[in-house]
Amino acid sequence: MFLWAFLLGGAMAALAQLLVEVLPVTPAHVLVGAVVTGAILGGLGLYEPLVKWAGAGATIPLPGFGYALAKGVVQEVHQIGALGIFTGAFKATAAGIKAAIVFAFLAALVASPRD
Amino acid sequence: MTRSETDVAVAGKGTYRFPQPIGVHASATVVGKMEAEGPFGSAFDRVMPDDLFGERTWEQAERKCLLSAAELALQKAGLKAADVDLCLAGDLLDQLTTSNFAARNLQVPFLGVFAACATSGATLALGAIFLATGLAEWVLVATASHHLTAERQYRYPVELGNQRKPTQHWTATGGAAFVLGRAEAGLPRLTAVTIGRVVDLGQRDVNDMGSAMAPAAADTIRRHLQHMREQVEDYDVILTGDLGGFGSELLVELLRQDGVEIEGRQQDCGLMLYDRTRQDVHAGGSGTVCSALILAAPIYQRLADRRLRRVLFVPTGSLHSVTTYQQGETIPTIAHAVVLEAGDLP
Repeated sequence: MFLWAFLLGGAMAALAQLLVEVLPVTPAHVLVGAVVTGAILGGLGLYEPLVKWAGAGATIPLPGFGYALAKGVVQEVHQIGALGIFTGAFKATAAGIKAAIVFAFLAALVASPRD
Repeated sequence: MTRSETDVAVAGKGTYRFPQPIGVHASATVVGKMEAEGPFGSAFDRVMPDDLFGERTWEQAERKCLLSAAELALQKAGLKAADVDLCLAGDLLDQLTTSNFAARNLQVPFLGVFAACATSGATLALGAIFLATGLAEWVLVATASHHLTAERQYRYPVELGNQRKPTQHWTATGGAAFVLGRAEAGLPRLTAVTIGRVVDLGQRDVNDMGSAMAPAAADTIRRHLQHMREQVEDYDVILTGDLGGFGSELLVELLRQDGVEIEGRQQDCGLMLYDRTRQDVHAGGSGTVCSALILAAPIYQRLADRRLRRVLFVPTGSLHSVTTYQQGETIPTIAHAVVLEAGDLP
């Protein structure tokens, strides 16, 4: 699985780089586009095979975050009904978001931005 | 001091010739590390030890660059701030805070000027007009920009670690100042200016501003040559501001379509300030100070020792804002032209 993880992760990065160089997109476009693509594919069940096949190569990159959002919503809706549309996404990604905030804060304490 | 109408000749709409040339008594430059490591690094007067220049924020560092350059220029000209009739300065930050805040220390009648990266052209042109019409004897012209303040305002704070695209420019860090006065034997002189028109050919890509600014440069250069009844060959070099590699190619092509051939005679300050093979600046330098640094140091020196005789300095600027960009508007641009000549032999 290591090989597939490497190849899929690299392929997604290469595709993003290609879009950045060819289209007049900003980093924000890339970020949002990747997450939304992952969410759509995840919601349609098309991302699950990638996760089974390439593991971290599918879950670590940004589309993987969108997939986690979509998967969280689907699971919550099955468990508690319609309200799950609102709570599911946050439940699934809470740990990841919290980790990002905490580590960014810690980094800001010890480091200063420079060129 | 009396002046007559012959001290300014209107050669065409926006083009003013000065039969009594303006003397550029001094120029001074302060630069950051990247600029000091560039091809003309040794030509600059002072190098900042780091991005903060001993201050708490990069915005304060930018003000210090402008003030240091201004004070150094005054020193070189043998003047104090109290001798100066007018100070014209501009920068890239909202409300021109760099220039306005720095001017607090100068206590000189002050006008802030915004022309984006064409600010050095606009301020030199206005300064020359004030001198030629007898309204001032000494004018101080200054500008500054800083890579990190420009990133924070126009794009993203560098802390986000976003990638830069190949067509993007690197905002130069530093300050540059000029002291203008009456012409004197041996001093480089300013003999004519052409004030640019705002040009907008529908370009939207802020990651490729060189291509947006080339049409403005073409418009100003063409008008200037036409009004002055001159040819490209009347200048040793046509020095554009921040067109970079892509913008320069486009400029040559645009002028060629109008029958004006500048290939081989055009250089771009954005390409001169850094060594693109060694320094990761993508399309080249930009920022108000990029063109000003090249003019104030290597070009001024070459005019002073007569290695260059006649230069057409045409800095270019993009006049959009973050808001207009986010609203999907196109990018209007402008270019101002200033003619600089080597001084008479003493």
